Parts: sequence; C-alpha cells; structure tokens
Amino acid sequence: MKTLKKHFKYYPLYLMILPGFLLILCMRYLPMGGIIIAFKNINYADGILGSPWCGFDNFEFLFKTKDVLIATRNTLLYNLAFIVLGMIVSISFAIALCEIRNRYAAKVYQSIFFFPYFLSMVVVAYMVFAFLGMENGLLNKNIFSLFNMEKIRFYAEPKHWPGILVFVNLWKNVGYSTVIYLAAILGIAPELYEAAIIDGASKWQQIVYITLPSIKPIIIILAIMAIGRIFYADFGLFYNVPMNSGALFSTTQVIDTYVYRAMTKLGDLGMAAAAALYQSFVGFVLVITANWIIRKIDSENALF
Amino acid sequence: MKKKAGVNQISNRANCIINIFFLIYAILCIAPLLLSLGVSLTDEKEVVLHGFNFIPRKFSLDAYRFLFQDASHVLRAYGVSIFVTVVGTIFSVMLTALYAYPISRKDFPAAKFFTFFIFFTMLFNGGLVASFYINTQLFHFKNRLYSLLLPLMMNPFNVLIVRTFYKQSVPKSIIESSKIDGASEFRIFIQMVLPLSKPAIATIALFDTLCYWNDWFSSLLYISDVKLYSLQYTMYTALMNIKYLLKFGETSSDALNSLGTVPTQTVRFAMVLIAIGPIILAYPYFQKHFVKGLTIGALKG
Repeated sequence: MKTLKKHFKYYPLYLMILPGFLLILCMRYLPMGGIIIAFKNINYADGILGSPWCGFDNFEFLFKTKDVLIATRNTLLYNLAFIVLGMIVSISFAIALCEIRNRYAAKVYQSIFFFPYFLSMVVVAYMVFAFLGMENGLLNKNIFSLFNMEKIRFYAEPKHWPGILVFVNLWKNVGYSTVIYLAAILGIAPELYEAAIIDGASKWQQIVYITLPSIKPIIIILAIMAIGRIFYADFGLFYNVPMNSGALFSTTQVIDTYVYRAMTKLGDLGMAAAAALYQSFVGFVLVITANWIIRKIDSENALF
Repeated sequence: MKKKAGVNQISNRANCIINIFFLIYAILCIAPLLLSLGVSLTDEKEVVLHGFNFIPRKFSLDAYRFLFQDASHVLRAYGVSIFVTVVGTIFSVMLTALYAYPISRKDFPAAKFFTFFIFFTMLFNGGLVASFYINTQLFHFKNRLYSLLLPLMMNPFNVLIVRTFYKQSVPKSIIESSKIDGASEFRIFIQMVLPLSKPAIATIALFDTLCYWNDWFSSLLYISDVKLYSLQYTMYTALMNIKYLLKFGETSSDALNSLGTVPTQTVRFAMVLIAIGPIILAYPYFQKHFVKGLTIGALKG
C-alpha cells in the first residue's frame, strides 16, 4: 500500500512516459514475438501461430547454404575495414585540421567534409553510378579513354567492390567522425602543450604523447560501439550502391541484404527469420562482450 | 579553435602540404554533386554520345522540364516526404523529450525500469523478418502513411542523449524549489526543463529530420502504392528500374510528345538535385547545429 502510494505520487511522470512507452512496446517489443517464425514451417494460410513447429530445421538449412558464410565473412571484413581505416583517417584529419594555420580555411574544410554525411544512400548510389556506369560513366567514357585504358565493367565484376564500398563508406562518414575527434582534441588543456614545448617536444612527439593519449577514451568508446555493431551493415550502402546487382553478390552480399533478399526474393520466410535471428543473437552477444571489455578498461564509460 | 603559441606552429612546408591535401579531398567531397548537376543540365543526346561530364557540352533544361511537366508525380513525392519529415520530427521530438525526462529524475521510482526498457532495444531486436511480419499482419502497415512514421519514431540513442543532457544541465534544486512553490510536474517540465535543454532538443530534431528525409527503406518494405512514394523511394525506383521512369512519363503523354523521348539519364540526375535541394539550402544552418550537437556528445564521453 505504501509503495503504491509512493508510485502514485509520481503519476504525472508516468503520464509523460506513457506515449513513448506504448510506442516502444508496439514497434520494438511486439516484433520480437515474430522471432518464433524462425522455428516454424511458416505458411501464410495458417498464420504465425497456426503453422507447424519445425525446431532448428530453418537454421540447419540456412547454414548449409554457402551464401550465409559469404555474407557473414563480408559483413565482418567490411566492418573491420570501416572501423580501422575510418579511425585512422578521421583522427589524422582531426589532428591536421587543428594544426593548419588558417583557422578560416579549417572551418571551411570541415564544413565541406561533412557534406556527404547528409546525403541518403539512394543519392549516393546515383553519384557512384555517374562515375562508374558502363555506358556513360565519367571514368569509363571520359577519363579512361584519355589514358588509353580499357573500360571496366564495374557493375558486373565483383573484384572492384571491396575497394569501392570501403571508399564510399569512408567518403560518407569521415566528416562526421572527424568532428567528434576534433571536439575531443579541442577539449585538451593547452597547458599540456605549453609544458611540452618548454621541454622541447617536437610536433610529432606532442601528437604521440599528448593528443593521442588524451583522446584515447573517445577512441575506445567509438571502437567498442562499432565492434558491438560488427554483425550489422549499412543496408543502403550494400544494397543501393552496387545497384542490387546479382553478379556482385560474392563481394557485396552482407547479412542484412541476405536477410532482405531471402525474405522478398526467395520468399522463404522461415529461413530469412532464422538468418535475422542469427544476426540479432550474435549482435547481442557482441554488444554484451564489448561492454564487458569497456568495464574492464574504464568502468566510467561502460554503456550499462 | 585553440590558440597556438608561435613556436608551436607547424612548418611552412607541412602547412602547405596539408592544405593541398585537404583542398583535394574537399573537391572530392563535392565533385559528385557537381557531376550530377552537370549531367542534369546536359542535353540527353550529348550524354548518350559522350557520357557524363562535369560541364555540359550542350546545355539543356529538358530533364527538369520533363520532371515538372509531369509535376504531379514529383510534387506528390515531395509532399509525402515533407509531410513525413515534418510530422515525424515533431512527434519524435515530443515523445523523446517526454520519455527522457522521467528517466532522468533520480527520485522517480520507476526510472531504472524505463531506462532499461528502452536501452534493451539497442541491444536486441527481432530482426527484419519478425518486425516486417508483425508490422504487416498486426498493424496493417501495407501502404499506410504511418508505416513511414512509426518505425523511425523514438530512436533509443536520442532518448539517452536527451536524458543525459537533462541530468547534467538541469539543476535538481530548480525542480525542487519549483515544487515547493506549487508548480505541477508538467509545468516544471515545460517551463523549466525544456527551455534549459534547447541545445539537446535542437540536436535530436536535426537528427530526426535528416533520418526521415533520407529514409527510403520503410517505403521499400511497406509501400507499393505509387501515390505514397516518398521522394527518396521514387528515386530508388528510378535508379533500379529505368522502366519506372518511362512509365511515369506515360502518365502525361504531352511531356513525351514535346520532348520526343524521355531523357532517362539526365532526368535521374535532375532528381538527385531536386532531392537534395532542401538539404543544400538548409546546409549552413544544419551543419552548424550538427557540429555543435556532436561536440556536446563528444565532450561528454
């Protein structure tokens, strides 16, 4: 009775939280119920509850196909490349932006670097197509011919795509992470640098011994958050930019696009659900592990 | 930006090299935009003959004329996108601000539960298939406007950003003293807390705007009725399927007659310009606040 009263005192706060609570319940929790599709031999006539159970058959079937292994490999390798290269490039950019003398130019660069982040992947796909298209693409039609080079059939040859996708991802996101690192660098106390100068530290030594250690916490957090998402891919990047071309699947298929295609093209709901659950489950384990690692390193910055 | 002592400046040569490098990269960032602009302003026949180029060999506004002669189509898509963006952003921000406040209050007995309730969705989800099935079967998401709005509403990450901001920049004493003065919880929230947290609210509003404006995936999943195509999805369809572009030319045969053929290549890039038009116009404003918002987040971490 007493606890009830305590809660009742806060009824305005409960009222505030109610709409959001209902929305999260409907949009994020109820769909979790759909997970049982992964364990059912689903058919639309009987619906989700009426369809017969099939245990782990969907999973067995799923892991027998080579596609899942390829998609998993691609997802992991691409994400690793994005994390490592993204970090190196954006930290170097942030440090260099701090160092160049013309402050006004630095601001202008920063604004321009940020621009690609605002584009949708559909728009990015158009732009990539403008450069790489077989018939009219700038590279094939105008640049390569200048140097007497053969045309490259980008949208038919898988081998070019790891490079293209990594480049597009960096191009789109580097501006964003540069700003984050820049903010962290600007937060470093100037006295540290002043002391270092008096001790005769070179620019390079200042970067290695002051800048990098000072932004280490934010580097670690961003890295670990990215590692927690390593089983997920940017659907737009991997689906739109290669224009959903079947010839490229060996290097462009990731788990997200695999699930979508299994659901829509193959129409195999059970298997697609099994693949999606595999992704969510491994993703979950990775986030928990990543957080456990942060807590070991720096409990202040753990997510939970 | 930080002021540096003269002795700590980098050498002239290093400064020069970095500047040149950044200049090249900056060009790389906007080159695709310029290329799209160039193509959209070129005569279709020139494109077929000489391919895409930055500078039109033969200037033509046919692509834009085509899009706007059959303007009903483009305008409708624009309308859908604007509606979804405006309504979606308003509701997202409202729900996020409302949800984040109680969980920021230490004295609220259920704060922990509700924090975990939203946080858990960042860790685990039903996956694409489960959500798709439930949304279409239970909530009848097929061809409804709300199917473009609801899935993107209330990003858990945004809720946590706002919660942290409330915690850090709304002093507890303000809330307590207002209570003593007899202000209701709602009044405290609207008159005290919200005004103090404007920067955080503005930041998530921008995140939401961008998210809704650039969304095409919800349309891909749930929309098949042409009337409900958003701008991004119209573009997606035109990119994946050139026949779609021809088909939407058929709806007004006048447009086709006056131009001879549908300028399929140039029209695609005219659409790119039209789709990012609003973003480019709002860019300086957007950019400034985004950087500020990100800075708040980064300094926190």
